Amino acid sequence: MTTARDFLKGNEALAYGALRTGLNAFFGYPITPSSEIPETLAVEFGNPQYPAFKVFLQAASEIEAINMVIGAAATGAKVMAATSGPGFSLKQEGISFASGMELPMLIVDVNRGGPGLGNLGPEQTDYFQATKGGGHGGYRNIVLAPSSVPEMASFPALAFSLAFKHRTPVIILTDAFLGQLKEDLMFPEVPALEFDTSWATTGARGPERHVISSMHLDLPELSRHSEHLRSKFEGVDRSEQRSEKFQTDDADVILVAYGICARLCQRAVGTLRAKGVRVGLLRPITLSPFPKGELTAFVERGVQKFLVVELNTGQMIQDVQLATGGRAQVGSLQRVGGLIPSPSEIVHEVEGMVR
Amino acid sequence: MIDIEGHYEVKLGPLPTLTGKPTHYCAGCEHGTLTRLIAVALHEMGVRERTVLVDSVGCSVLAHEYLNVDAIQSPHGRAPAVMTGIKRMHPELLVFAVQGDGDAVSIGLSELIYAANRGEPITVFLVNNGIYGMTGGQMAPTTPEGMVTMTTPHGRDIAITGAPIDASKLLATFEAPAYVKRVFLPVTPTPAPDFYNARGSIEGARSVKNAFRVQEMGGFSFVEFVSTCNVNWKMSILKSKQYAAEVLAKVFPPGLFKDKFGVEKR
Repeated sequence: MTTARDFLKGNEALAYGALRTGLNAFFGYPITPSSEIPETLAVEFGNPQYPAFKVFLQAASEIEAINMVIGAAATGAKVMAATSGPGFSLKQEGISFASGMELPMLIVDVNRGGPGLGNLGPEQTDYFQATKGGGHGGYRNIVLAPSSVPEMASFPALAFSLAFKHRTPVIILTDAFLGQLKEDLMFPEVPALEFDTSWATTGARGPERHVISSMHLDLPELSRHSEHLRSKFEGVDRSEQRSEKFQTDDADVILVAYGICARLCQRAVGTLRAKGVRVGLLRPITLSPFPKGELTAFVERGVQKFLVVELNTGQMIQDVQLATGGRAQVGSLQRVGGLIPSPSEIVHEVEGMVR
Repeated sequence: MIDIEGHYEVKLGPLPTLTGKPTHYCAGCEHGTLTRLIAVALHEMGVRERTVLVDSVGCSVLAHEYLNVDAIQSPHGRAPAVMTGIKRMHPELLVFAVQGDGDAVSIGLSELIYAANRGEPITVFLVNNGIYGMTGGQMAPTTPEGMVTMTTPHGRDIAITGAPIDASKLLATFEAPAYVKRVFLPVTPTPAPDFYNARGSIEGARSVKNAFRVQEMGGFSFVEFVSTCNVNWKMSILKSKQYAAEVLAKVFPPGLFKDKFGVEKR
């Protein structure tokens, strides 16, 4: 049970956020540091406060879980799975199928350290995997990056809206830090979401029937399907870029960071502003589509310096470089292994850039 | 269908549960037979409007082209998991898949076992022809010892690859499954010229219907059809039927492994 105002871990907040949007089904396999999501949902399963929540099932594997999600999604259900790095890798075949079959679903990846078994600390090393497709066959996901516990609670509603609007999987890419971080939050008032599911496979009514398939053996037919998916994502690119700007209006240097790094950068911006440095922060909320429109606008305004702060060895920086098109200096501050930079390190880095 | 003293007539011609498209199945393949048995059962039970077919990967990947019901594609081997997702959300639906032995017993064995162990009210029809058909004749988990395939050119050596896996026996070891049966599906030649034994089709028709009935009663049902693949076995159709009877059916003898609800007696 939660109250409208509560003090929760990010993972717990995400679970309650999903329930409050009318989540129908959860299929998952436990993996640290995401397990509070299934644990919270298991506790709330059967709670009359969430009448839409019809199915909670722990699968025998990450692979079984994502395929159960596919089945439920094919019936038009609001369905989700949660996992972390190694499990996210195992789910990629299923996500590729879901993308090809245009099935709405929510997959949460609580990014831990990697590659391989890595460790349980926070990283943003799954950025490429989440934003560039991740599985086989060439497709894209919509990827959302919360940066606070309140956003962990509010993003499932956004995720399902986008998933059903564009009929595609949506990934919430968060990290071990935000998943385990406890913060005060107010749950937003979200009406239980209802979407068009007239395409679902729930039995043929009359002569018409629905076939949901990613297979198009005829070459021109698959070509047409792929063109359709491409134009869909071009539309997503145009209409769904989301980001938050913090003190960027007069900034000479703009920090670019998402998730927990954005919180650290926000602190650094405050310190630098007190010292008279004109610095701001662009926080991508959608990592895919990447908010390149904002970055291009900064360059056109004359911003010459950007600093990308991320918990990997250089992933989002490539999208920043693409968006700025070589017309500005793009520095980077990177941490991996589960470590995070301190705000003072970010301050120091920016001071080096403006000196 | 009429069932008089062992004579069993399977309705030919159009059915609302068939699209009417000619199948891509090779001449002599039991997939075509099974498609019709399923279509007849769905039609006679009057369940088309609440049926969902899950396509597996293999020769049955195009089942939705022939069976005129709602359908969704599953990744290779994962049909029981996809079916679970559908059925848990919509218990009123009749959900089934036709899987091959590579799909169900090799890459998808985990999904099959766990769905069976949970007693999911779904139906799996396993077409066991001891080889990868669609992929082009490679060794399957069910390939009999000594059989020459594209990946066992000197015959399957079980010292290297392990012995064939008996899916029906395996599933019958679990408490939950309600109906587990193995049927020999191919028609076989008789000593009389131009007369063939089609007992398998009769048994198959009954078993398909029983499997659906068991699902409607809330149980997990599984029917394994010992079948042929004359093209990848590199045999004539006639020879493949004999091989199925003499070799494959010895490794996988027909039988009723589980019938919790007693549907076979009714």
